Amino acid sequence: MIHSLFLINCSGDIFLEKHWKSVVSQSVCDYFFEAQEKAADVENVPPVISTPHHYLISIYRDKLFFVSVIQTEVPPLFVIEFLHRVADTFQDYFGECSEAAIKDNVVIVYELLEEMLDNGFPLATESNILKELIKPPTILRSVVNSITGSSNVGDTLPTGQLSNIPWRRAGVKYTNNEAYFDVIEEIDAIIDKSGSTVFAEIQGVIDACIKLSGMPDLSLSFMNPRLLDDVSFHPCIRFKRWESERVLSFIPPDGNFRLISYRVSSQNLVAIPVYVKHNISFKENSSCGRFDITIGPKQNMGKTVEGITVTVHMPKVVLNMNLTPTQGSYTFDPVTKVLTWDIGKITPQKLPSLKGLVNLQSGAPKPEENPSLNIQFKIQQLAISGLKVNRLDMYGEKYKPFKGVKYITKAGKFQVRT
Amino acid sequence: MTDSKYFTTTKKGEIFELKAELNSDKKEKKKEAVKKVIASMTVGKDVSALFPDVVNCMQTDNLELKKLVYLYLMNYAKSQPDMAIMAVNTFVKDCEDPNPLIRALAVRTMGCIRVDKITEYLCEPLRKCLKDEDPYVRKTAAVCVAKLHDINAQLVEDQGFLDTLKDLISDSNPMVVANAVAALSEIAESHPSSNLLDLNPQSINKLLTALNECTEWGQIFILDCLANYMPKDDREAQSICERVTPRLSHANSAVVLSAVKVLMKFMEMLSKDLDYYSTLLKKLAPPLVTLLSAEPELQYVALRNINLIVQKRPEILKHEMKVFFVKYNDPIYVKLEKLDIMIRLASQANIAQVLAELKEYATEVDVDFVRKAVRAIGRCAIKVEQSAERCVSTLLDLIQTKVNYVVQEAIVVIKDIFRKYPNKYESVIATLCENLDSLDEPEARAAMIWIVGEYAERIDNADELLESFLEGFHDESTQVQLQLLTAIVKLFLKKPTETQELVQQVLSLATQDSDNPDLRDRGYIYWRLLSTDPVAAKEVVLAEKPLISEETDLIEPTLLDELICYIGTLASVYHKPPSAFVEGSRGVVHKSLPPRTGSSESAESPETAPTGAPPSEQPAVIPAQGDLLGDLLNLDLGPPVSGPPLTTAPVQMGAVDLLGGGLDSLMGDESEGMGGANFAAPPAGTMPANLGAPLGGGLGDLFDLAGGVGTLSGSYVAPKAVWLPAMKAKGLEISGTFSRQVGSISMDLLLTNKALQVMSDFAIQFNRNSFGLAPAAPLQVHAPLSPNQTVEISLPLNTVGSVMKMDPLNNLQVAVKNNIDVFYFSTLYPLHILFVEDGKMERQMFLATWKDIPNENEAQFQIKDCPLNAEAVSSKLQGSNIFTIAKRNVEGQDMLYQSLKLTNGIWVLAELRVQPGNPTFTLSLKCRAPEVSQHVYQAYETILKN
Repeated sequence: MIHSLFLINCSGDIFLEKHWKSVVSQSVCDYFFEAQEKAADVENVPPVISTPHHYLISIYRDKLFFVSVIQTEVPPLFVIEFLHRVADTFQDYFGECSEAAIKDNVVIVYELLEEMLDNGFPLATESNILKELIKPPTILRSVVNSITGSSNVGDTLPTGQLSNIPWRRAGVKYTNNEAYFDVIEEIDAIIDKSGSTVFAEIQGVIDACIKLSGMPDLSLSFMNPRLLDDVSFHPCIRFKRWESERVLSFIPPDGNFRLISYRVSSQNLVAIPVYVKHNISFKENSSCGRFDITIGPKQNMGKTVEGITVTVHMPKVVLNMNLTPTQGSYTFDPVTKVLTWDIGKITPQKLPSLKGLVNLQSGAPKPEENPSLNIQFKIQQLAISGLKVNRLDMYGEKYKPFKGVKYITKAGKFQVRT
Repeated sequence: MTDSKYFTTTKKGEIFELKAELNSDKKEKKKEAVKKVIASMTVGKDVSALFPDVVNCMQTDNLELKKLVYLYLMNYAKSQPDMAIMAVNTFVKDCEDPNPLIRALAVRTMGCIRVDKITEYLCEPLRKCLKDEDPYVRKTAAVCVAKLHDINAQLVEDQGFLDTLKDLISDSNPMVVANAVAALSEIAESHPSSNLLDLNPQSINKLLTALNECTEWGQIFILDCLANYMPKDDREAQSICERVTPRLSHANSAVVLSAVKVLMKFMEMLSKDLDYYSTLLKKLAPPLVTLLSAEPELQYVALRNINLIVQKRPEILKHEMKVFFVKYNDPIYVKLEKLDIMIRLASQANIAQVLAELKEYATEVDVDFVRKAVRAIGRCAIKVEQSAERCVSTLLDLIQTKVNYVVQEAIVVIKDIFRKYPNKYESVIATLCENLDSLDEPEARAAMIWIVGEYAERIDNADELLESFLEGFHDESTQVQLQLLTAIVKLFLKKPTETQELVQQVLSLATQDSDNPDLRDRGYIYWRLLSTDPVAAKEVVLAEKPLISEETDLIEPTLLDELICYIGTLASVYHKPPSAFVEGSRGVVHKSLPPRTGSSESAESPETAPTGAPPSEQPAVIPAQGDLLGDLLNLDLGPPVSGPPLTTAPVQMGAVDLLGGGLDSLMGDESEGMGGANFAAPPAGTMPANLGAPLGGGLGDLFDLAGGVGTLSGSYVAPKAVWLPAMKAKGLEISGTFSRQVGSISMDLLLTNKALQVMSDFAIQFNRNSFGLAPAAPLQVHAPLSPNQTVEISLPLNTVGSVMKMDPLNNLQVAVKNNIDVFYFSTLYPLHILFVEDGKMERQMFLATWKDIPNENEAQFQIKDCPLNAEAVSSKLQGSNIFTIAKRNVEGQDMLYQSLKLTNGIWVLAELRVQPGNPTFTLSLKCRAPEVSQHVYQAYETILKN
């Protein structure tokens, strides 16, 4: 099972270590640093590294490396999932998962890590339970604590620990009972030079914010549940109900959580809401090139496409770019060679374009590869897959909650080859 | 207000300040102080000096304070075991607390204090907690058993905790079940032979019920445990599959992958005609694809596993090619894995798409990725015949880019394409030759040379091209050199008239100027072939080559089947069975897929169908390498002895009668009393054999060498003598000597092969002897011994073998076996190799013993012609563990009183009279076992005279 955890920042300092079994020397991290040196980019450090006596399994989150040490055969996914859960918990407790936040709350961090694993076995990883055991820090609480001398560790057994619904705490009470669902869909796509789709799929999630008193039992149904054929559920969802009736039936955790995530695969036709016309060319034996892109709406179901940003990693030989945008603003970082064009909304009457000259290093050969365009956008009030919530019913409690569903479509990994 | 304030007080006297605060009466101050201590601890500062003060804060009703103290305890108890006992009482008390949270906390912390002394106090509280009424305490206690097992396995077994843990599998609470399974699995991993998790249909049913209700982590443990079960028939397999399938929709990817493992394994038992089988196949695809939308680290592990799954059952993902298309901002480790899977999934149906993608990748920035993409194009050509033409033209396009590494990779793969489709694409050779000069990597150069040699008849200037490579022959890597040699020989056979000079040049380069044996051997073979029978040479060298197979990179099927059983584990990431890399390889159990059962057959004739053998019965335990060697020896030299061979264990009388007649005739009258010659098998364990194999050079040199080395340190070593002449042993000559260095005895052997055939499979055994000498390790000759080769081996000996009094006392009968026969010889070992390092007796003791031993046990000897003085004698003898205890001068004579001890504990006392100017010494020996005296005297003589 998980032996130890080291937290390492980008400059290679080990700023926290936690051992759940015997102490493993920090020097084991040298193998990690070695691998890190080999990988050109921090993101390219391989997640599983073997050393003569241990295995190092690491994740890279929020500019921090979470490096765990294991000694026996343990499912690596289990370790990686757990590490992400640790990062999520820090995020949840401190608002951000950063070196500063962790150092500022080092005792809470230690208490949390101790509570999350016992001898390397996960103990309590649900945020609802953890929060009952160890109260998150707030300015108010620390003031109150220092006056009254009370502690931020709960002294009763969290009710959820052993019940059949370990994700929910008991005795929840709200004056305003509300249940909100966000249907968020991201389009992952690769568009080739000619504008045809090489690959596209939709990654969707339904995030919930539930603030309901007591033990509500909810049922969420869809107009077109058939779209959902590849779904991952939060443990609260009753799988049998879904299998037989295609209804999401569950007793929700309290607060924010991800209800389901789903994938609408490339077999179904995925609508692509924008198109790009591009002309990027470099002349042979001259130190300049032309750059011209135009973006237009397409298959956007009548909604406005907004928040558009285009990011381009230009080839290394590019020195500078002299461009004129018809809309929005652009920046070019000559060090990282990243061009960012912030466009905003598209108005179909006047399509935004970015044109101009590219200055290349003189004497350098013409770049082989043409850069890929990475596009970000947002469409409010639309789930691009067409998924629609039909109704939400509540059983088990008498009050009438506020209910709301919001749809949003975003670009995920949306790239256009040129 | 943040915790960083705890780090700020780094001034002098910090520990002192903390101490004061810890002993403060105010609770709040105490707590703050403990927090400061913890904060220092987390950054690696040593605050162990505060141990007693922190432990004093333990008796509190403030839970946070208690937890903090516990945190501290876990960290420092190991370094302060005596202090840790102070905490025991509080633990025992806390285990009885009415609050289950505190009971659980106490039992949890106790187990983390890795101090042996504490463990015994732990047993009673733990026993209670395992039967606690509160499931939260029980589940914590279950894990505690695993912790305790880690510290003291014997204790856990003696106390019967393992049985209690097994009972918890039937607990009413799913979390308790999950933790019990987890704990048992962890314990079982360190005891592969133990039958801890013997699963039967009832316990499986319980696990499946618990599976639905426990946490995600518990589900992983249970699924991994289920995967080890062997269902008794296909119906049971199907019903388990049905109950596991819902886990595929879990949000936790580790749960999903563990479920995939169970399904992949049990599917093996289902008949392919079943509707359920195809339903299951369909259900497996979406969750696998979903794993690819997770974080990159998860994707990586998932991809490594998918790689196995598509090899085992390509049908699952055959329509999902597109999800493996590479995004330019994927981390490199994800990109490479995706590429690999794309090739595995490539088929006639999707090859156009795949090729277009690969071509796109080949223009990316990342060099490693581009290389792999180019290589992938070649693999596609080999895998999908219809696409070969397009692949080749794509590769040619890429060569035109003139990007150096792209060109080189392309040439390497084109070589493979030629091998797969001979006489089809040779028209491109001209293009390839244009790029000859830009090749700087050995693999690409070798590939190009191969092409030139293979198609020499179509390339007009082949000889010029190859000649140009020949100029820098010695700077090339071996791969290129070998290829160049072969290519030129091919060229010669095709165009003999123009290239005679060239071939002679390369042959002489390879055979005379090279240090590489492979190259030399290949050179000689060609040379002899060409000089004896050019026609045969043509047939051999230009023989039709077998086509290269479609998928040379596939994992070998039996390994694949084993790896499928390890889906989701590290083994699946490394694509190696755990036995190949798990630390210490404590005898890892091999897993295998269940055999497929015909649905009708299994129901009616249970005895013919493979009935559900418990997993522990079926797999064989692979012994460690040392054991294997020991076993090998046993197998070869006698009937197998069960269990690992032990030198002390008496082997069945007469069972190993290989000395029998052989020795009788060899020894003549000494054969009496040898009854069933009884050899103890050498013990397990390996030792590095000394493999300095001097090729040429007379044996005489070696003698000198050995002698020289011998005097450097340790006791005197006699020069090697021939023990077994080649005539008597079908060409095997053995010479050797004995040495003793820093407490270990070894037999230094020189094995010379004077026969014409290669010798291998060496093994050695000793007959029982007076002092129980036995090999401490098998005879290790790493490589077969070729004719005229000599190998020098130092065989470590110990003295724990069987004892039988020999005549003469120091006679040792040895049997050596090789692939040809078993040979026997006997030798006399000098007794001083048995003189131990702690043979120095105390003066008083010496006097008492001397008096105590009866006078008839005294023996007197003369040592003649020894010109040394008393000091020199004394120091020389000391080198061989004969210790001078006292020296007296009596009437102008030096009397040295000396003692020595033999390995079997026999003391020998000596009085050595040295008269200045007289080269003859008188030696009186007293010993309770007077038989040894004669040999001790001989030892004296050899030591003093050399």
